[in-house]
This record gives sequence, C-alpha cells and structure tokens, in this order.
Amino acid sequence: MAQFNYLNELNTLATIDGPLTRGPLQRWVKKSNNENINPSSNSSKNMSNINVSACSQSMQKLSVSGNISCNNSLLSINKTPTRNENKKGKKTPSKNKSPGRSTTPTPNKLAKTPNKADRFIPSRSNSNFDLCHYMLNREEEDEIVAQTVTGEALGRALADTEPGRLLQYTCKAPAAPEGYQNRLRVVYSQAKVPSTVKNTTRYIPQAPDRILDAPEIVDDYYLNLIDWSASNILAVALNNTVYLWNASTGQIEQLLTLEGSETVCSVAWVQGASSHLAVGTSSAVVELWDCEKIKRLRIMDGHTGRVSSLSWNLYVVSSGARDGNIVHHDVRERQHAVATVNAHTHEVCSLKWSPDGKYIASGGNDNLLNIWPAAQGQHYSQPQYIHQFSQHLAAVKGLAWCPWSAGILASGGGTADRTIRIWNVNTGANLNTVDTKSQVCSIVWSTHYKELVSAHGYAQNQLVLWKYPMLSRVAELCGHEARVLHLALSPDGTTVLSASADETLRLWKCFMLDPSKKKEPTDSKAAKSLLNMNSIIR
Amino acid sequence: MSQQVKNSITLRGSAQIVCEYLKFAINSVLFQRGLYPPETFKAEQQYGITLLLSEDAQIKNFLTNLLTQSEEWIVNKKVSKLSLIIVNVANKEVLECWDFNVQYEDGDAELSKEMKETVGSKDLKKIQQEIRDVMLQVAATISYLPFLDCRCSFDVLVHAKTNCDIPEKWAEAEPVAIANAQNVQLKTFSTSLHKMETVVSYKLVD
Repeated sequence: MAQFNYLNELNTLATIDGPLTRGPLQRWVKKSNNENINPSSNSSKNMSNINVSACSQSMQKLSVSGNISCNNSLLSINKTPTRNENKKGKKTPSKNKSPGRSTTPTPNKLAKTPNKADRFIPSRSNSNFDLCHYMLNREEEDEIVAQTVTGEALGRALADTEPGRLLQYTCKAPAAPEGYQNRLRVVYSQAKVPSTVKNTTRYIPQAPDRILDAPEIVDDYYLNLIDWSASNILAVALNNTVYLWNASTGQIEQLLTLEGSETVCSVAWVQGASSHLAVGTSSAVVELWDCEKIKRLRIMDGHTGRVSSLSWNLYVVSSGARDGNIVHHDVRERQHAVATVNAHTHEVCSLKWSPDGKYIASGGNDNLLNIWPAAQGQHYSQPQYIHQFSQHLAAVKGLAWCPWSAGILASGGGTADRTIRIWNVNTGANLNTVDTKSQVCSIVWSTHYKELVSAHGYAQNQLVLWKYPMLSRVAELCGHEARVLHLALSPDGTTVLSASADETLRLWKCFMLDPSKKKEPTDSKAAKSLLNMNSIIR
Repeated sequence: MSQQVKNSITLRGSAQIVCEYLKFAINSVLFQRGLYPPETFKAEQQYGITLLLSEDAQIKNFLTNLLTQSEEWIVNKKVSKLSLIIVNVANKEVLECWDFNVQYEDGDAELSKEMKETVGSKDLKKIQQEIRDVMLQVAATISYLPFLDCRCSFDVLVHAKTNCDIPEKWAEAEPVAIANAQNVQLKTFSTSLHKMETVVSYKLVD
C-alpha cells in the first residue's frame, strides 16, 4: 500500500483540476462530513476496510450518497479512475469479500505493515515498491517514445535484408573431388603424420639430455627469449626477469628484473666471448647489460612498440620492433641510433645478421622476409632491401643463416604456412621448400653436420632434424608438451636447447661428434671458454 | 590541369578494386580452409604478398561470371552484400559464412564536381595496404575457425536491391542461417567510394 501512496501523491500533485486532497478541507466537504457522521456510523466496519489514509476525503464525499454498501464500486466509477483501478486490480479481493466468506478470516490488510514478510515476498523492505510501481506505470508514458525507437531499429534491420533479393548464380562451382580429405587435418588433429625419417649412421638420442624449469616463460610466438653465448652462458628471459645459466657449472644468476608490468621480449649476446647482452623490452627500449659486473650500461630508445628481435653485428645491435621498424644502434656512440629502416608493416619477429656481416634478414608478421645489404663500409644496413620474399603465407619467425655456406638462409613460417624455405640471397633463388605440417617457430643450423633443426608447435610440439640440401627428415625429437618456441645451439655445436610454452627448457645432444673424429681445436677452445666463464661469473 | 596530379578513382575503377579483392578473398578462403586440394591452387603475387588462386576451370569460370556481374551491380549500387557460404556436401548444412558488406561512400566531393562524375581521391597504395591487412587476417583465421572435417562445397549469395533485374542463369536464393553462430569481424578497407566490411560467421562446436 505504501507503494501507492507515493504514486497517489504524485498524481494528485500533477492533476491541478482534480479534487483537492491536501490542505484544509473545503467548506462544503466539511459540511457534508458533518452530515454524514451519523448515517455512516452504522457501517464503520466497512469504512475501516478501505484504505483511509490516501482517499479518506473522496470516501467521505461519497458517503454523501448515503449508499455505503456500494462504496467501492462508486469510488471506482466516479473518482480518479486510475488510482482506484489500481486498487481494485492489485488489492486482494479479501477486502471486500473476506468478511463474507470469513470462515478463516484473512489477516486484515490494513494491519499489515509493508515491512512484514508474507508467504510470497519474504522481505518487503528490501524491494523498493514505490519506485518499482512508479517505474512500471511510467513505462506506459514512455512507450510511445520507445516504440518509435524500436521501430526505427527494426526498420533499419529490415532495411538491411528486406529490400534485398537474394540472388545466386545457377552454374555452381563443383564440390571438392570425391574422397578428398582436408589437408588441414594436420593443423587441427593430434594424429601422427607419417613421416619419412631417413636412417642415419649416427646415433641421435631420442630423449633430452636434461630438462630445466622455465616458469612463467611468455608463450608468444613473436618473441626471442633465449640466446646462448660463445662463452657458454645461456640467457633466458622469463616474464620480466632475465636469468643467466652457466652451462658448464649449472649455476644460475639473475641478471635483471623489469619493474611494473614490463616484460622482456628479446635477448641477444654480442658476438665473441664478451659478456655484453642486449635486452629488448615491452617498453620499446633496448637495454645493454654487462653480465660480468651485473650492471646496466645504457638504455637505447628509438622504437614505439615492443622490441621483439635483436641481432648483433660487431658493435652495432639491430633491433626489430612491433612498429615494423629496424633500428641499428651503434653502442659506442652517444647518438646510438645510426640508422632506422622502415622494414615491415607489422611486427618484426625475427632478425638475423649473416655470419659475414654482409646481410641482415628480417622476418615480419606481414608474412614478408626481407634481405638488407650492409651499408658501404658500415655495420648497419642500407634502407632499401635487395630481396623481398613474399612466398611465406604466415609470419616469418624461424630464420637462420647457414654457417658454412655464405648467403644461404633458412626461413620458416607460422601456422598458415608451415614450410621451411632455403634461399640463396646472392641470387634471390628459393633453393628448396619443405612442408613441415606444423607451425615453424625456430630454426638452427648445425655446425658439425650438414643439417638443420627446426622447432614446431601443434600437434606434436617436436624438433625435426633435416638433412641439407635435400631437406629429408633425419630425426624427430618429441617430448615437449606445448609448442617449442625457441632454439639455441651450444657454442660447442653439440647440443640444442629448446624452450617451450610448457615452461621447460630441454637440452638435446643431437649433434654429438663421433669420438674418433673429434676435432682437437674446437675442444680446447670450448674448454678455454669454460675456464674463462668460471672466473667471470663468480 | 594542375589538379590532374591528384590521383582519382572512378566508380568503375573502385568497383574493379572491390571485385579483385573479392576474387582473392574468396580464393584465399577456399585455399586456407582446405576446401579443395592445395595442388589445384597457384601462387600469385598481389598486394605485396603471396596469394593463392584456384586453377580449377569450373571454379575459375564460376568466379569470373559471378564477379563480372557483381561489378556491374556494384557500379549501379544494386548490391549490399555478398555472402560466401561453405556447405557440407553430405547434408547441405551451412558450416561457415563469409559476409562481404559493400557500403557506398561519397568520395571526394570537390574533385567529383570538377570531373563531373563521382570520383575518390584515395591513394591506391594506401588502399592496397588496407586490403593486404585484410588478406593477412583472412589467412590468420585458420587458427581459430573449426576444422571442416567433411567434403564441402561453396556458393556465393548476392544480396541485391529489389529493383535489381535477374539476369540469365541467375535465380533467387533462400536465406541461410548457421546454428549457434559465432561472428568475427575482420578489418575493413575503403576505396573512398566503396567500403568493404568482412565478417566471418562459423558454427560454434563445443
């Protein structure tokens, strides 16, 4: 009932020409009240049944007629119809009828306060009846407006399709040939693809030599999060931290932790046995660290997006970023950005200088592979590419230069492409192409054998060894439970490290040398570097 | 005469760009979704990337007829949408629908007045770059679209205006619906006379 009070008040306030319900009673009303006291007294019971609070006056007025038995019906006919209709509709009939059939007298409605609970609405105090009722009724007024709005929307929706005629060309294209199976199955299914693994005389262990934990490694295809230095230190970026793992002693050191929500997007060691590490971050800068002293040497800006790829050429570190640019930083100079190349329209996800420093290859998320020649007498590239290879149908992430044959480059594409292509950048020829049937995340060439190894994603998350130049499969190394994102080759060339989204690093001794053929010089060099490393790290 | 330096795109030229895009987009979908054997496709350089076109004579023929007619309609502003539908051959169920919405734009008002016909002044390079971005997205869709594990065929439905005449060999079609559809809107491109919106709807399987 309380909920109606509010509305009634509102209504009465709004209707200026309606009967006055507030203020002192008008004279004629007072008069009639007085007259009616006596006749109505005999039916005071009836009166009490009616909600007096709000409409006392009208009832009193009615009582002039002296016909109290039809009080309610008259009320509804003569006076402010809306209000009374509400009452009639909403109020339980008990008010009128209950006295009649009251074998079990229903509780008096008037006595019930709105705050008390009943069987149907446990707590009335919680529901704002005044407001609800008001809103419900007000809706009617807004309906016209709403109707036009919905009408318009409907009209628009209809206009999209309604005036249209749906036409088709009757000479249909044929369906796929009978018995054809969607080749994309390899992308979607875990079923093992039969592969022609060529037998080799060499023994290749099928299980990893070691498994390291890499918690929180960012599962992002476009980043380059591991690098193995010539002095046998592995740099691994896990989320916002860079760790150094000494491969010879197994010691782990924390190099840096970025603040806030910044993450490390790429790491790259300088060439040679020096201990400088370039770190590309999500805040679009390249940091240069001295890993011997665990000290940051400088911060180099120049990008507007995260730095997802890095490559060194002597004292120049080239960085590729999400903004599609490659910036060449001369780390010796105060004005470090010696050249900026607008290389790709999307993120530069891989960047590699050739071993002889003549070319830099960049792979982008725009499916392009660009080859840039080094500027005359400089260690940074020219702003114009000499080759642009657009044969890949997905982002070009895997990139590696052949260590023994100048100008030979291997590149691998993402999920929509799944191929490894071999290029001769001197001539621009695509020497060979192989469909790997899985996303190619990374490629590394062996230094001991004429082979390369590629890392793959769904479905098998394996590493595949390929014989160059035929690109026949030598071996498959399975074990990772999620896609293998990055690869790195140990400085002695025997071990491949794979970093996977399953948060493990696995070491595969797949390029072990035959003990009888072991070359002395490499061995001693490696040993020397190990000794160096111990002194440096500790 | 000095104004001639500003490049202009005529209505006809713009419609050609749109239809060329449709050709490559439809072929890309056919290839990327694995509807037809990959060996029946040939690589071609377009928009600075490699795209694949079907070599199948019947498919080529179908697309040529469809697109020449569509170009005519687009010039006359009769078409609002083209839908490429992928249908399961076995039970005729529509599995996927690629909607190409055509919106008509005003182009360059000043230049149009000068040339006495509706022209746009958008740089062709810019348009091609926008188209390339869409094509890259089309290729990337295979990472989330469900695998089409059945023999499929495709069809293209043209949503035309009512006052559009039905040419020979064309017929009215029934509207299609995909049960439990999921929509993904790809990037749009505009020639400044036509705006092309690409939306893929696919059946969500859980």
